[in-house]
Amino acid sequence: MPSQAAELVFDEATKVYPGRDGAAVDHLSLTVPAGEICVLVGPSGGGKTTALKLVNRLIPLTSGDIRIDGTSILQHDLTELRRSIGYVIQQVGLFPHMTLEGNIGTVPRLLGWPRAQIRQRVVELLELVGLDPEKDRRRFPAELSGGQRQRVGLARALAANPALMLMDEPFGAIDPIVRARLQDEFLRLQQELRKTVVFVTHDVDEAIKIGDRIAILREGGTLAQYDTPRRILAEPADEFVAEFVGRDRALKGLALRTLGELELAPVAGADGLPRLPAETSLRDALALLVAERGDALLVIGADGSPLGIVKREDLLS
Amino acid sequence: MSAQWVLGGGGPVIPKFGTPNECLKNNGWFCPEWVREHWSDILQPALIQHIELTVIAVGIGFVASFVLAFVGFRYRVFDLPLGAATDFLYTIPSIALFQLLVPFTGLTVTTIEIALISYTLFVLYRNIVTGLRGVPAEVLESARGMGLTRRQTFWRVEVPLAMPAILAGVRVATVSTISIATVGAFLIYYGLGGPIFDALGQPDIFRTELVAAGGLAILLALTADMLIVLLQRALTPWNRIR
Repeated sequence: MPSQAAELVFDEATKVYPGRDGAAVDHLSLTVPAGEICVLVGPSGGGKTTALKLVNRLIPLTSGDIRIDGTSILQHDLTELRRSIGYVIQQVGLFPHMTLEGNIGTVPRLLGWPRAQIRQRVVELLELVGLDPEKDRRRFPAELSGGQRQRVGLARALAANPALMLMDEPFGAIDPIVRARLQDEFLRLQQELRKTVVFVTHDVDEAIKIGDRIAILREGGTLAQYDTPRRILAEPADEFVAEFVGRDRALKGLALRTLGELELAPVAGADGLPRLPAETSLRDALALLVAERGDALLVIGADGSPLGIVKREDLLS
Repeated sequence: MSAQWVLGGGGPVIPKFGTPNECLKNNGWFCPEWVREHWSDILQPALIQHIELTVIAVGIGFVASFVLAFVGFRYRVFDLPLGAATDFLYTIPSIALFQLLVPFTGLTVTTIEIALISYTLFVLYRNIVTGLRGVPAEVLESARGMGLTRRQTFWRVEVPLAMPAILAGVRVATVSTISIATVGAFLIYYGLGGPIFDALGQPDIFRTELVAAGGLAILLALTADMLIVLLQRALTPWNRIR
């Protein structure tokens, strides 16, 4: 499915709630390139959800601006703006009185799509998120599990093919196993759809897994660091970021790289060495060496042919 | 007293008794012959009038309550006074309310209707407001986030989701209106209360008429109750899964 994505720019975006000390979001400036996932993460009070809701004007800006493909959100008609942005929340908020078809078709109906086109789109989306269009179309949200509901929430947000998606802790209320699966599915979908996504979470590991870029907000709504997961783990901007990503940030960083990315030594004297495929993460490789008290391992290709040898110290460099 | 049933109350032979038979002479609890004979001139007209009284009272009461409930729901400051007003109306004993209205609307069906309508407001207002307030916050947030206008949110989300509570209110209002409407015959001979008061006014209480008319009122209430339950199921299919 061809899908356009929009560039999103926060330009000194600020929110001050009346009657409260200090800003919730304080002069936030960052650019999310089209087609990338930007994760907003930080402790509570960091204003990440507020920042997200500024974009579709569920919360009005106090000062500064937010632009989508160069046009200020303030220049858009409010309802048109919201209909053009996909919105997913933690509690999903499906309409209990509507079937899945009714739920997913909400925004297309508001936009006045012809019936047949809406129906076709619903079928397409149910398939996309791994539900059965024939069986599930006429079911009500109460008949679904938490994970299924969130899939429908995602399908509903994607219905009118928005160029920008806002996701507020979408997997936060789901048990860890299903959450991991939904994250994987979401990343697989994103490979295909290439939407611009703003994703809020309080979970650093989720941020590292999901984000192309991570914006870490500190209390008072100021931006502590905005960078790729790797750089945030390798070079935290300050003590706050280092603390926030955790003492195991070196290990988390290893999880983001694979054996295939390393320079390999020529295959020689590889007998008896453990063998691992090139797409194994450095973290898993290290875990294996620690468990086996080994010093080196043999990296193999998809066809099982040896590619080269990696020493333990190569993993840590 | 002005009620019409008094007129037939005095004489030893009442034309309505029709052809006397054993059952009627003994003032039996239920004489089928009498019911058959007077179905078309007493019971059926009374039943139709009763249905009319109820439908009009609940219909107008519903529209009025819906408008009031919308105001009380959208503008919270009005909720307390509106709720208190409908509460207050409900506390007035029905016979007293009829009498209070007579100076204004006389001995008319209108007087009965006004009283009946004011009784429906209490349960309908409360239920509609409670239903509208009961819509989960996350549902409203997603509606807003997806770009539904306020009006669209009201008609497409809040009203349908309040429907179980609204219909529960309609159910109680209908059944209680059918019951209270019999008292309306205190004012004029109208509805099923007519034959009931008539029977009670006979020297020894005309049992067959009392049982027949009273029974019809009960049957009418049960039927209406059942129909509304069916309506509930048809209108809120999503509410049965849970």
